[in-house]
This record gives sequence, structure tokens and C-alpha cells, in this order.
Amino acid sequence: MSLNIIMSLVAVVVLGAIAFVGGSVPGLQSVFGIWIPYAAVAVFFLGFAYRIFKWAKSPVPFRIPTTCGQQKSLSWIKQNKIDNPSSTKAVILRMFFEIVTFRSLFRNTKSEIKGDRISYEWEIWLWLAALAFHYSFLAVLFRHLRFFLEPVPYCVKIVETLDSFFQVGLPVVFASGIVLFAAVLYLFARRVMIPQVKYISLIADYFPLFLILGIAGTGLYMRYFLRVDIVAIKTLTMGLVTLKPLIPANVSSMLFVHLFLISTLLVYFPFSKLMHMGGVFLSPTRNMANNSRMKRHINPWNPDLEFVTYEKYENDFREKMIEAGLPVEKES
Amino acid sequence: MNDKIKIIAGLAIFVLIFTCPFWINGGKAKDVPKPVLSEKALAAKTCVLPKDEMAKNHMQLLDGWRNSVVRNEQRVYIIKDANGIEKEYDMSLSNTCLACHTNKAEFCDKCHEYASVNPYCWDCHVDPNVKEASL
Ligand code: HEC
Ligand code: HEC
Ligand code: HEC
Repeated sequence: MSLNIIMSLVAVVVLGAIAFVGGSVPGLQSVFGIWIPYAAVAVFFLGFAYRIFKWAKSPVPFRIPTTCGQQKSLSWIKQNKIDNPSSTKAVILRMFFEIVTFRSLFRNTKSEIKGDRISYEWEIWLWLAALAFHYSFLAVLFRHLRFFLEPVPYCVKIVETLDSFFQVGLPVVFASGIVLFAAVLYLFARRVMIPQVKYISLIADYFPLFLILGIAGTGLYMRYFLRVDIVAIKTLTMGLVTLKPLIPANVSSMLFVHLFLISTLLVYFPFSKLMHMGGVFLSPTRNMANNSRMKRHINPWNPDLEFVTYEKYENDFREKMIEAGLPVEKES
Repeated sequence: MNDKIKIIAGLAIFVLIFTCPFWINGGKAKDVPKPVLSEKALAAKTCVLPKDEMAKNHMQLLDGWRNSVVRNEQRVYIIKDANGIEKEYDMSLSNTCLACHTNKAEFCDKCHEYASVNPYCWDCHVDPNVKEASL
């Protein structure tokens, strides 16, 4: 096991332990249940906005889309409009499918040396796991609105009903929670088991995986095994979002672990690779139309220089050029 | 310039969506529901398990009962109460829980609405206290 894995795991376990101890001490419950979550939410939004503005300021003078298909050409050559967009409408389509279906990840290949040559093979599992992970995370996040809204809106109930479609056990099992946990486990296993991927994996890769594993794990543990007082927990969360924070009796210390790991994720988010959530919208290799051959894109900060013809240049420097033995068009 | 406006608009939408619990509730939390005990329950004084355990684990108890009846044909639940006296319950959702908690709307549903749980049990099981002639 590499040091990166051990350090990330230790970091998450220590964070969880701190919150568990803090959540068991009545005086510290308001720190872990109120002030740290509030601070984390503030850091998340400010950090997010900071990163976005920093990107927005970066100049992107020229068209640099990565193209993956035939560009717009003669009328009898078929253009691949989504993979090589030439209009804003097509760019919007391309961005939409990139964000919603991870099209570029779909093209993931793995390379292997077979015999004496290298072979590339389409590899779909990362794409599938990524889809499973992101969508189950979205469903879990959305379902959590039941703790933050009163009355609970109908759309949240619909998602709950769909999510509990299989009607397994009581409290009924939500598929998204299980899928989320399994997908993170797969993404971790993939990093460890593929040597090339393991070689390039850093703490910044393992830490968020363990963090999300910890968050999902404490959530599943509270719902299906520990059984916590949901009414008390909703009292706490409603207090948070109505800015009248309070710590009810009967809140399990495991909830503080859950909350503290989420706060950690929120603080960590804007300053890590997780910012691809905002970054995907601003990727110049995806969000630009490939129209360099139709439109002239002038670098906006080019200095405003006078245009000089060769004739004028020679007129200005003729004598010096003759002196230096350079050829000139006119002798005088 | 044009892009800056789009980016700021996108950021504003993001913040608006992700902070929705703060502004949808309008800063007002509804009172925490207090399930009302029916007269029958008040007379009985205790539930099947201690109150604290019931509040957290009643669905797991029901799951155990359901499995016991439907899979093992075991309908009698025997448990010692706080005073060490053995009590027998018929493992039945409608005939035991709701026979004592005769006010489902004021009791079960109070909590469930707040916690957004919609037990699908009532697709099949009836609330015996509701005398409406359906069908
Ligand atoms: C103290 C509040 C409270 C009362 C009273 C209460 N419940 Fe619940 N019940 C809950 C909560 C909270 C959950 C959901 C737990 C969760 O989501 O982890 C739940 C879940 C359930 C579930 C599982 C539903 C699912 O889809 O997971 C059933 C079944 C259930 N309750 C039956 C009853 C019945 C029958 C009564 C009345 C006799 C009742 N409950 C009274 C709070 C309560
Ligand atoms: C003999 C009557 C009786 C039966 C049968 C009974 N209960 Fe209760 N139940 C009570 C009483 C009385 C209380 C209040 C206990 C207390 O305050 O200590 C209670 C409390 C509860 C609570 C906790 C309410 C709260 O405010 O936290 C739940 C949930 C609950 N019952 C569900 C059920 C379910 C589900 C069943 C069927 C498995 C059931 N009860 C069967 C009498 C009964
Ligand atoms: C598809 C219809 C259906 C649904 C939905 C359903 N049940 Fe049942 N349940 C039955 C049938 C049929 C029996 C067997 C009745 C018998 O033998 O007395 C039964 C028996 C039971 C029993 C034992 C017998 C009794 O009288 O209650 C319990 C407890 C029970 N179910 C609980 C639940 C709970 C809790 C839910 C919701 C989470 C639920 N059931 C949902 C059909 C259903």
C-alpha cells in the first residue's frame, strides 16, 4: 500500500474521530453541529466564486476546442455537429451531453502491450462507474432536501418513491445510497488495481474518495444499522437553514461525524480537483465553436501598431541597408 | 466581456439553487410534530418496546413482525416489559399497533409527514378505525 493511500485514510479516520469525540461532549455539539457547518458553507460559496472569477479572468483569445469528428467543410462532406461544433447551438448541445452523459469519458481507452506491440481497447467501466457515482450522489443530495424543507415538496417525495422502488426491508432501502457507496468503492479499487493509475494517484485523489466513502458510510450506518432519531435530526437541520440554530436532545454523535465530514468536503471542494463541477462549464476545449476558418479571431490585446509596407520600410532604411550590403529593390 | 456576464449569471443560478433551503423556508421552521397518543394508548401507558426504542426502531420491529408472520407463520410476540412481566402481542399492523394507536392521522402520520416517509403498507393494510365504506 502506498503512503498516499495510508495518509488519506488516516486523515479521514482522524477527522471522523475528532467529530465523534466532539459530538459526544455536550458543550462541543454546537461547534460541530452549528458553527463548523455554517463556516463550511460560507467557505464553499466564497471559494467557489473565487475560483470561477479566477477562471473567468484568464484570457482565451483563440479557438482551442478539442475536436473529435469532421469539421464543417464543403456542402457534400458531412459535418459531425456535436463533436466538432461550428455554431453556438451545437456548442450548447455538446456541453449538454458532456455534462449530462460524460461523452468524453465514454471514449476512454486502455492501452496494453500484447506480444510485441501496443494495443488500445475501449474501456467502458470507468464511464459506467462515473455515471453511477454522479447520479446516485445527485439523488442522495436531492433526497436530503427532506431534512431542509418543511413542508417537504412533492418532487422530493417522488424521488424517494422511485428510489425505494424495490421495497426492500424497513426502513425501506434507497437504491441510490447503495449505488453511491459501491461506485466509490469501485473507483477506489480501480485506482489501486491498475498499476499505471496507481502510479499517478496522489493524496488529492485518494482523500476525496475516502471522504465521500466516509460520508456515505456514516449515512448508511445511521439509517440502516444504528437507527437515529430522524425527528430530532430534522429539528437540528431546520434550525440551521432558518438561521435559528439549536441542538436538540437525542442527536446521535454519529450525526456529528457525518456533518463534520460533509463540512470538510465543502471546505475542500473549491480548492481541489472537485472544482471540475464548475470547471466543466468553463473548459475552453469544450465550450468553444470550431469556427476559426469562418471567422477571424483577433487577439484582443494586440498592440495598436501602424501598418508598414515594405516599400516604406526600405525608404526609411535604404542607406543603412546598402551600407550593410543588403539587397534593395530601388537604389535611391 | 460578453462571457463575463454569462459566467456571472451561471454562478448566480448555482448559488440560488444550492441555497434554496435558506430562502424557500423563509426563515421560519414549523413546530416539531408532537404525536398525540390516543385514549386507548394513554390507558395502556406503555408501548411494545420502551418509548425511545419505539420512536427510532418501530419500522424494524414491524419488519420483524411481517417476516415472522408471512414467512414463519409465527403470530405471537412475547416480550418482557420494564417490570419483567411477560406480555403477548398479536404481530399485526392493523390489529395491534392501530388498535392501540387508534388515531393514525394524529399519531403515525404526524411524524411521517415531518420526516417525509410514506409507508407503502397502506396500499394493502387498512386502518381499522376508519369506517368509511370504500369500494
Ligand atoms: C416519533 C415519530 C413517529 C411516529 C409516532 C411513528 N413513526 Fe413511523 N417512522 C418515523 C420515522 C422518522 C421514519 C423514517 C425513518 C427513516 O427514514 O430512517 C418512520 C418510518 C416508518 C416506516 C418505514 C417506512 C419506510 O418507507 O421506510 C413504517 C412502516 C412506519 N414508520 C410505521 C409507523 C406506524 C404504523 C406508526 C403508528 C402506529 C408510526 N410509524 C408512528 C417516525 C414515526
Ligand atoms: C397497548 C397499546 C400500544 C400498542 C399495541 C402499540 N403502542 Fe405504540 N405506544 C403506546 C404508548 C402508550 C406509547 C407512549 C409511550 C410512552 O410515552 O412512554 C407509544 C409510543 C409509540 C411510539 C413513540 C412515539 C413518540 O412520541 O416517540 C411509536 C413510534 C409507536 N408507539 C409505534 C407503535 C407501533 C408501530 C406499534 C405496533 C408495532 C405500536 N406502537 C403498538 C401504546 C401502544
Ligand atoms: C402487497 C400488499 C401488502 C403491502 C404493500 C404490505 N403488506 Fe403486510 N401483509 C400483506 C399480506 C397479504 C399479509 C398476510 C396477512 C395475514 O396472513 O394475516 C401481510 C402481513 C403483514 C403483517 C403481519 C400480519 C398483520 O396482520 O399485520 C405485518 C406486521 C405486515 N404485513 C406489515 C407490513 C408493513 C409494515 C408494510 C409496509 C412497509 C406492509 N406490511 C405492506 C400484504 C401487504
